[in-house]
Amino acid sequence: MRDQTFAPTRILIYLVVSLIAAAWLAPLVVVVLNSLRTNEEIAQASMIGWPKHWAWSNYAAAWSGFCVAETCAGIRPYMLNSALVTIPATIFSTMLGAIAGYAVSLWRFRGDSWIYGIVTLGLFLPQQMRLLPWTIVLRDIGLINTLTGLVLIHTIQGLSFTTLFCRNYYVAIPHELIRAARIDGAGFFRIFWRIILPLSAPILIVTVIWQFTHIWNEFLYGVTFTSGQQQPVTAALIALSAAVADIPQHGVQSAAVIIAALPTLLIYLLGGRYFVRGLTAGAVK
Amino acid sequence: MTNAVSTATRPGRPAISGALRRLPEYLTIWVPLLLSAAHLVSFSLWTIWISFTPSTLVPVSGWVGLRNYTAVLATRNWKIAFDNLLLFGSAFVLLSVVTGLVLAILLDQRIRGENVLRSIFLYPLAVSFVVTGTVWSWLLNPGVGIQKLVHDLGWTSFKFDWLIDRDMAIWTIVIAAIWQSSGFAMALFLAGLRSVDADLVKAAQIDGAGPFRMYRRVILPTLWPITVTVVVIQLQFAISTFDLVRALTNGGPGIATQLPALVVYDLMFQRSLLGRGAAAAVLMLLILLAVLLPYAAWRYIQQRRATHA
Amino acid sequence: MTALSIRALSKRYANLEVLKGINLDIESGEFTVLVGPSGCGKSTLLNIVAGLDRASSGTVEIGGRVVNDVPPKDRDIAMVFQSYALYPSMTVRQNITFGMECRHVPKAEQDAAVANVAKLLQIEPLLGRKPSQLSGGQRQRVAMGRALVRDPLLFLFDEPLSNLDAKLRVEMRMEIKRLHQRIGATIVYVTHDQIEAMTMATRIAVMHHGQVQQFADPDTVYRYPANLFVARFMGSPPMNTMPARLEADNGGPVVVIGAGRPDEVRLRLRGYDVAASFVGREVVLGIRPECIAEGSRVFSGDAPIVVSAPVEMVEPTGAETMVLLRLGGEAAMARITPDIRPTLGASADFALDTRRICLFDPETERLIA
Repeated sequence: MRDQTFAPTRILIYLVVSLIAAAWLAPLVVVVLNSLRTNEEIAQASMIGWPKHWAWSNYAAAWSGFCVAETCAGIRPYMLNSALVTIPATIFSTMLGAIAGYAVSLWRFRGDSWIYGIVTLGLFLPQQMRLLPWTIVLRDIGLINTLTGLVLIHTIQGLSFTTLFCRNYYVAIPHELIRAARIDGAGFFRIFWRIILPLSAPILIVTVIWQFTHIWNEFLYGVTFTSGQQQPVTAALIALSAAVADIPQHGVQSAAVIIAALPTLLIYLLGGRYFVRGLTAGAVK
Repeated sequence: MTNAVSTATRPGRPAISGALRRLPEYLTIWVPLLLSAAHLVSFSLWTIWISFTPSTLVPVSGWVGLRNYTAVLATRNWKIAFDNLLLFGSAFVLLSVVTGLVLAILLDQRIRGENVLRSIFLYPLAVSFVVTGTVWSWLLNPGVGIQKLVHDLGWTSFKFDWLIDRDMAIWTIVIAAIWQSSGFAMALFLAGLRSVDADLVKAAQIDGAGPFRMYRRVILPTLWPITVTVVVIQLQFAISTFDLVRALTNGGPGIATQLPALVVYDLMFQRSLLGRGAAAAVLMLLILLAVLLPYAAWRYIQQRRATHA
Repeated sequence: MTALSIRALSKRYANLEVLKGINLDIESGEFTVLVGPSGCGKSTLLNIVAGLDRASSGTVEIGGRVVNDVPPKDRDIAMVFQSYALYPSMTVRQNITFGMECRHVPKAEQDAAVANVAKLLQIEPLLGRKPSQLSGGQRQRVAMGRALVRDPLLFLFDEPLSNLDAKLRVEMRMEIKRLHQRIGATIVYVTHDQIEAMTMATRIAVMHHGQVQQFADPDTVYRYPANLFVARFMGSPPMNTMPARLEADNGGPVVVIGAGRPDEVRLRLRGYDVAASFVGREVVLGIRPECIAEGSRVFSGDAPIVVSAPVEMVEPTGAETMVLLRLGGEAAMARITPDIRPTLGASADFALDTRRICLFDPETERLIA
């Protein structure tokens, strides 16, 4: 089939695909180039252009120099905030989801399908339905405007996804394996540690990548429950845009955008296969 | 023998000590699951309850019936948001599904560099909507973006100012949303194309079907369950779109790109009208249910059919 | 000593009764095979014995101890599974020692036990490998090793050979049988394959609809099936069964197939003791294919009964030839020597071994004689 249809059709296919790919890459290329142009250069020309002087200083300014809301520490503290929220919340939600998924799929217990059904409803329920209760709860337990509060939220809400991912993976493990281990004398935890966990690497990578990307990129909770110095980097980027609305500093802003997007982009580049698997696994809910 | 029977049926000590020994495992199973389920149920009910109270700055008890709902539905803000959602939702879903399908079919032609191309179409999914919105707000800004570039190149009558045009601004969100998530549709469609039975294709080849007929009559009909899934997921995303608009237009110019999620946030945290904000959130949930319930019913029927066949 | 004793055991799921009052006593050293079609409850029964499932009522005793509330690990049993259930992330050695590890057996003792079992099963070169690097037969051996190393009171096998190809299955069948003879273990073995049951068991429990239809040694099950289900389930091809009429003349009982037809077959039964109440009634006659042979065959004992019957189909298998014929209008399979090739459609002579005919009550389906 490939050989017969070579000549014109295939050239056309390559042409179309390349054009679309170029359009998809363009925003990234534009921002990367802008992050290396001076603010003045961009102001004179347009956002789209080749750097005349490589302005590496934009990155230094974005990282620790420019001012957001009267604090001039750059994007660094907000990156740290995001990391301090994302890493623990990813670890907690993945661990708890793995155990919950293991329990739901391989140990039948009374009411398991009911509770699992309710937990997966969390995939659909809009965040807006939970905003006010979370505000009240966080305020009452003293965690409003704290990173710990965000970790708590993302851990609990992430459980819907992590439990689903792990459960769907573990149901494919033969029940006889569990039976054999029970006869060998292993209990709930030992079976998990010695038999299930060593088999779980693929699904744990998918889950970790999914959770990390989602929590890092999350904005609504960040902007609602934290303010000022406690905000994650997504909220800080919006604050930055608002702060410089009058005198745009497109070079520095571009550098800040690149820095903010870098962690998830790197994870995507390194674990793309698992990232896509997570996307499609989330779709088959 | 009688002794044996009584041992078996007596609720003796072994059962209790067994349950105690298994306490840690019960706790580990139940606490996270219960916490997750309980917060979903109670928070939803809580928000619904607030939507029926006269709460403003702080939640208060009291009953105002549907007054918050009628108030929200009567505002221009909500009407525009709802109209925008209809336009944005249908345009975005339609175009992203078509783009995704075209990309998937093109990538399915055993072309070189498929992995690289697939990575290019999917990378926007790894960045946040805030980043996407910010970047597109620059590109679409007539003062510094594409329009300025074309002007500088000499075509000074060129006009591409949708971002500041009240009637067209919503389309900038469509563009950015398509750029961000067509790759997702592509990934699902590609997986569907790859799982088409190879014998089916061979049979169609022997029947003399050309590439076009092959897709139209043999391959694409097998994709429609995936299409429904993609449509529902994209609709779900469209209904809750918030970050993208915040970063791209912030609802403007004026309130021209208002969407329900922005109205909710605005009512709850900027105007401190908690009752109305909650009512708007419940309205969002109802819109979502209008999409999801038919889908759930469809899935249920599909599964019933599959098990009966 | 009674190794396993099951009393009035029942199991219900919602409104489905899977096991209906099972009673079994299995002596130490016995090789018991639970055989039956899928869905007969045999695997559920095995899981209840193992403690992996709970009975709705009744008791299970292992080695004289009621174990209803004893968890699987404390029941002094070992189990071999259909899918082998080898832990994929562990080596063969770790698979075998995992149970001892759970019971905190000292390392030196573990090593000695592994060495012993590995030698017995000839799997020493495999100890360092992962299950994914093993062939089907090797996995089977490791699964048995994992069971053997426990040295339990009772071995449970859950269809352990059904995932193997035909040739390997025959080899492993003999190996398991040899193993049983060598170590004298008590084995309860579940299978749907009646040939496995016949070849390996010291006693067979035939199960159907959640009940034990017959529990006896293989010869008895084969020769005197307790009812029509057992008669048709055990043996391949199965026992021929057909309606017939029981009469009596001065010489004793006579069964008539196709009574009143021109080609009716009258068979005099010698040495049968049939209750008088059945005389003159319809019965079901059962005769195994090997009891119908070519006309020249001499079955030991009395003078053979030879009948002429039309041949409908001939199936040579090499070692023997299967022939479908009509006895008094009823279809029956015969097993004849391959040297004779009867003509299709024509009649041929067949010798019948009337000493091995079974008679069943058509209402209760139970064996009469």
